[in-house]
Amino acid sequence: MISGLPLLSIAIWLPILFGVLVLATGNDRNAPLARIIALVGAVLGFLVTLPLYFGFNKMTSAMQFVEMHDWITHFNIHYHLGVDGISVLFILLNSFFTAIVVLAGWKVIEKRVAQYMAAFLIMSGMVNGVFAALDAMLFYVFWEAMLIPMFLIIGVWGGPNRVYAAVKFFLYTLLGSLLMLVALIYLYNQSGGSFEILRYHAMPIPMTAQILVFIAFLTAFSVKVPMFPVHTWLPDAHVEAPTGGSVVLAAIMLKVGAYGFLRFSLPIAPDASHKLAGMMIALSLIAVVYIGLVALMQADMKKLVAYSSISHMGFVTLGIFIFNAYGMEGALLQMISHGFVSGALFLVIGVLYDRVHSRQIADYGGVANKMPVFAAFFMLFAMANSGLPGTSGFVGEFLVIMGAEKANFWFAMLAASTLIFGAAYTLWMYKRVIFGAVANEHVAHLSDITLREKVIFTILALTVLVMGVYPLPFSEIMHTTVNDLLVHVSHQKF
Amino acid sequence: MSFLSTLYPAYAEIFLLVMSCTILMVDLFVTDKSRTLTYLLAQFTLLCCAWITVGTHQPGAVHTFHNMFVDDLMSDVLKLLSYISVFMALVYSRNYLLARGLFSGEFIVLTLFSLLGMMVMISASHFLTLYLGLELLSLCLYAMVALQRDSAAATEAAMKYFILGALASGLLLYGMSMLYGATGTLEVAALSEAIKHGVQNKELLVFGLVFVVAGLSFKLGAVPFHMWVPDVYHGAPTAMAMLIGSAPKLAVFAFVMRILVEGLQPLMAHWSAMLMIMAVLSMAVGNIAAIAQTNIKRMLAYSTISHMGFMLLGVLSGGIEGYGSAMFYNVVYVLMNLGAFGIIMLLSREGFEADTLEDFKGLNQRSPWLAFMMLLLMFSMAGIPPTVGFYAKFMVLQSIVSAGYIWLAVAAVLFSLIGAYYYLRIVKLMYFDAPESHDQIKMYPDSSLLISLNSLGVLALGLLPGTLMWFCSEAVQRSLLLH
Repeated sequence: MISGLPLLSIAIWLPILFGVLVLATGNDRNAPLARIIALVGAVLGFLVTLPLYFGFNKMTSAMQFVEMHDWITHFNIHYHLGVDGISVLFILLNSFFTAIVVLAGWKVIEKRVAQYMAAFLIMSGMVNGVFAALDAMLFYVFWEAMLIPMFLIIGVWGGPNRVYAAVKFFLYTLLGSLLMLVALIYLYNQSGGSFEILRYHAMPIPMTAQILVFIAFLTAFSVKVPMFPVHTWLPDAHVEAPTGGSVVLAAIMLKVGAYGFLRFSLPIAPDASHKLAGMMIALSLIAVVYIGLVALMQADMKKLVAYSSISHMGFVTLGIFIFNAYGMEGALLQMISHGFVSGALFLVIGVLYDRVHSRQIADYGGVANKMPVFAAFFMLFAMANSGLPGTSGFVGEFLVIMGAEKANFWFAMLAASTLIFGAAYTLWMYKRVIFGAVANEHVAHLSDITLREKVIFTILALTVLVMGVYPLPFSEIMHTTVNDLLVHVSHQKF
Repeated sequence: MSFLSTLYPAYAEIFLLVMSCTILMVDLFVTDKSRTLTYLLAQFTLLCCAWITVGTHQPGAVHTFHNMFVDDLMSDVLKLLSYISVFMALVYSRNYLLARGLFSGEFIVLTLFSLLGMMVMISASHFLTLYLGLELLSLCLYAMVALQRDSAAATEAAMKYFILGALASGLLLYGMSMLYGATGTLEVAALSEAIKHGVQNKELLVFGLVFVVAGLSFKLGAVPFHMWVPDVYHGAPTAMAMLIGSAPKLAVFAFVMRILVEGLQPLMAHWSAMLMIMAVLSMAVGNIAAIAQTNIKRMLAYSTISHMGFMLLGVLSGGIEGYGSAMFYNVVYVLMNLGAFGIIMLLSREGFEADTLEDFKGLNQRSPWLAFMMLLLMFSMAGIPPTVGFYAKFMVLQSIVSAGYIWLAVAAVLFSLIGAYYYLRIVKLMYFDAPESHDQIKMYPDSSLLISLNSLGVLALGLLPGTLMWFCSEAVQRSLLLH
């Protein structure tokens, strides 16, 4: 019964439809109604993605749940959707976080509630579109369109320096995207007039062109990941964005960049990927080590987690460009795990910020005395962020380090240093915020988390633990696709 | 051929001329209070023109008046779009002009006559017809800019516009005379034949081409002939600025197609090199200078310059694809421009011009719907999907990449990145800042409905751009004599 439905289209358009409905509730007088519609839309949006997971055939790397319709016949552009082992999990992750974000903004957002909720719902649909699109132009439209809601989220509900952060975010990402557009048009002309991504995968491209195409994609994806040295927009955007914005940015948006490497760069330009792998690995290791050290020095909690995100995403790009199954699966697991962990950490910081209105580590101390339940959850997520075995953070990092070890001992050595730096900056922050004597008036007046917050954290904590102890449900689904991708990438294409 | 059947392709023009004269007479007997009659008559005339244009459409190109006038698919499509944009311009400007006491019969009649000029330009297949149409259009526009007699800025703008416009017309005529001297004809098709069969004095020909291109780029507002654009947009009453920036661009596009692409096709290597320089300069100057503006009309003027540069890229890349993309770009540009000016006029009140950027502060809190409409228009101008502005840029980029100018495509996207900044700034002012005034925005039902349709059209065309794309490339393909 379910197989007949256009599940991917529903996953894309249902949240957008609900977003428009929420907008229609108008101004803040109807805020409660807007919240309820948004929650219903987000939860429904998540539920409709579940059949994608349970109905997924793990034995094949071919695209599944495919939908194909003519869209712009003039340029042979199709509305072509489909998922494989790489993309399906991200659609679930994204839809899941949309529900979390709606819940997290329930009380906190008081002005322009309808617009806030609608922005997240519409963005959720667009991000699903990015992961599901098999037509390069459809992909590009979703890819750029999702900038608009994020731009507004940061700019309207963000912190004091939000305008700078929003504009910087938008222009940085737009620069990368535009060069990708030129590359896509080039590929369109080379392929004899097709925007089919799968056709690009099979198409031979001369080496010089491969390198140029790779670089164009690199500008787009590296900004999104973000990789060193184009990461500077991320701390600004994270710090200024409202909690929900930071969560989606960390949990979902960064994954879009890494996904781009797997869907475009590697299979379309495999030889260039091999040739430039050294540079990619170097940049990844710089991100892991150097940004890890930068994180150590942060006085602002959100900034710390933002730098930690960049460092963890360095692991992802490292795993992708060492070209073995450990590395790539590790990278994918790391992406999912990082989604949960960093999302959770931003929510944790959001809880503190809502109560004290400060993100400075120095403004806290002894929070455990006042918020014991909260401190316990924070502990778990902090451990997961440092990659403690038994949490989801460990699985991906361990696999990537194994993969790196196969490629070169020194890669593994440098990558493994993150286990020390990660633990250092996360736990040091945890210690300064949570332990010790009650630091000041504000902390003395803190009250522990509410039921709504408990529900959110419990769900996230369980996921982090389950994924850490038993990652098979996540890894088995990507196994075939990853192996076939590696085989594809190992063949010369020019 | 009977006399009437030679007139057949020009029925719409003749009807418009008769109606304009009638409206001029009728208006004499109408008091200021019942001027709505004139207005409605004008709108009715536009509808009838549309009906006639559709009704007299014939497959293939039909020439008449000794090959001076042509009726083909491109001319019909462009004329229909001109009617629509003049119709919209009249609706948007009515309340604005009423509040300023400028809503006179002259305005309406001049608008209709300028439309007649555009139609003649669009259908011209002879340099003299082209020039006739251009002058009719320009003279009407000069007068319209000066219509607000008590405004020093408007008078100054009109003066500048007139002097520079006359200079450009002179250049154009001079160029045409040289082309005539070299080939012995001014008819578009014959000119291209003559050049192909070899011309004795090639220097004269190329020299003439330079003057023609210069005159043409003045009308387009491409750098380095762009100086008048910001001053005229800024000084003229907003309604006139909107009119200058909308439908005439369609006519000038037809001008480019007929002269450069049809008549001077054999010299493409020469003119495409000139266009390339002007296109890059226009994108650079337009986008960079727009950042420094505090007046939104001036900002839109510089944005027009950069859009025209982008459009020229489509023209110079050549082929059906290139010309089709340029036409699509132009149509989309006109639509966006109308919407943006429409919103500026809606925000203006009696004795108050909402023409600085500051006036857009906090619009989202004053009127979320209007802010959202402006947001769509701004993102469309910046070329962000899912608005139609993206496909306009995409089509042009596609045609220049397939013509082999990848570096031009890269330059174009970098300049449009710079452009994105100042469009984003409007969105920032509307959404991120607190409003400075809390005055109620007077939402006139007719213009606010049309603005909503206009902006949602930008979104809808962005979701389904296929039909318009097909129309543009089909119009170009069926109409141009490409050899």
